[in-house]
Amino acid sequence: MRIRVLAVVVAISAGAAFATSMSVQVRNGKVRATPSQLGRVVATVEYGAVVQAEAPQQGWYRVTTASGQTGWLHESALSKKQIAMRAGTSDAATGVSSDEVALAGKGFNEQVEAKLRADGTLDYTWVDRMAAFEVRADEILRFRTEGNLPGGAQ
Amino acid sequence: MSERHLSATMLALSVAVAVLFCGCQAVREAGTELAKQTGVITEEQAASINRGAQAIEKTWQDLTPEQEYYIGRAVTAQVLQTYPPLDRPQANAYLNLLGQSLAIFSERPETFGGYHFLLLDSDEINAFAGPGGLILVTRGMLRCCQSEDELAAVLAHEICHVAKKHGLSAIKQGRLTEAFTIIAAESAKQSGSEELASLTREFEGSVSDVVMTLTTSGYSRTQEREADAAAVRLLQRAGYPQAAMLTMLRRMDERLADAGGLGFAKTHPSARSRADALRAVIAETEAAPDPVRQQRFAAAMQTVVAAR
Repeated sequence: MRIRVLAVVVAISAGAAFATSMSVQVRNGKVRATPSQLGRVVATVEYGAVVQAEAPQQGWYRVTTASGQTGWLHESALSKKQIAMRAGTSDAATGVSSDEVALAGKGFNEQVEAKLRADGTLDYTWVDRMAAFEVRADEILRFRTEGNLPGGAQ
Repeated sequence: MSERHLSATMLALSVAVAVLFCGCQAVREAGTELAKQTGVITEEQAASINRGAQAIEKTWQDLTPEQEYYIGRAVTAQVLQTYPPLDRPQANAYLNLLGQSLAIFSERPETFGGYHFLLLDSDEINAFAGPGGLILVTRGMLRCCQSEDELAAVLAHEICHVAKKHGLSAIKQGRLTEAFTIIAAESAKQSGSEELASLTREFEGSVSDVVMTLTTSGYSRTQEREADAAAVRLLQRAGYPQAAMLTMLRRMDERLADAGGLGFAKTHPSARSRADALRAVIAETEAAPDPVRQQRFAAAMQTVVAAR
């Protein structure tokens, strides 16, 4: 009995002291050196990758990636749901109930898009060009500074 | 009818009732488990009931970021069939610089594929927020704005529609139930041709639901108000004057009256009523525009005005 109580106490304190597992829910998760959208990128994490996250601070989680790198990820890039990657792979066979799992890569996916492209239903030329418009963090910083926009960037 | 048979029938009936009317997953699963153990239904039937009920319970809020991304891409491709893109690299670069400088201050700064902006070759005063962050702005809308601050107000409003997933909420529940049922039953990553055909059909239906809302029927009045209120907060965090939202709405009100109720006027509550709602939270102040912001806005505009 005493051992069981002790085990519960240990489990609770461990939960408080240690991080919880969260899944990356964006295609290219950027782990940053500081809790800012313009912070230096120290590591990148893929969609569905699991990171260990500490308690959030103003929308930012301090995380440790599977390869041991640490940095900050914004809460909008993370999900508490486990994202089961492709069905049939080891990731998918975790045995958790399907309500806890966002089934990644199933349903409305690249396969459906490929079919619409092949059928000639939709032309994605400009969607691809538009998605390729990228703005670097230093460009945003300069744009804000030159434009006299007060307040630090998030 | 034997007593055992009767009680089994009663149990089956109560399981069915629980499955149909109880939204609680735990109760439903306990019910199907009990029915399975007592031999009323097979394990396979229990799994099927649970799977089917789970699919019915799922809504647009259960779409994954990846599914949202693919819906947004198709929605954008479809809108571009009606509104051709405006290929002006300098103006599009400015639009993306401004848009992304704002998006980082959004309540949802990160989406699966990120925020991207594109000008449309149309004189109609309009803007569209494709799910996941693909935002389209017409040349007519750009002309309606007379400063970077006013354009920032337009973009902030669209970014907030994306952040709140208003586009996805337009998808009819029936299509999603159908799609989630196929997804739940499917075991392999690659769908068979029959499943793929069904999924593609539901996908196309979902896409046209969103496109219809963006271009014809419009979001609900509540969603517009939500986007306006969130946009004002976003502008403040990004350092732009909140009053730019009111100025922009006033200009739009003037222009839309001239445009005879087309474009934005068709899909949005009147600019005047939106401004009235905002006046309760922000003060209308007229400040001289920042010279640098004004200069870069004018430079980008020049290439757009000369487009035709």
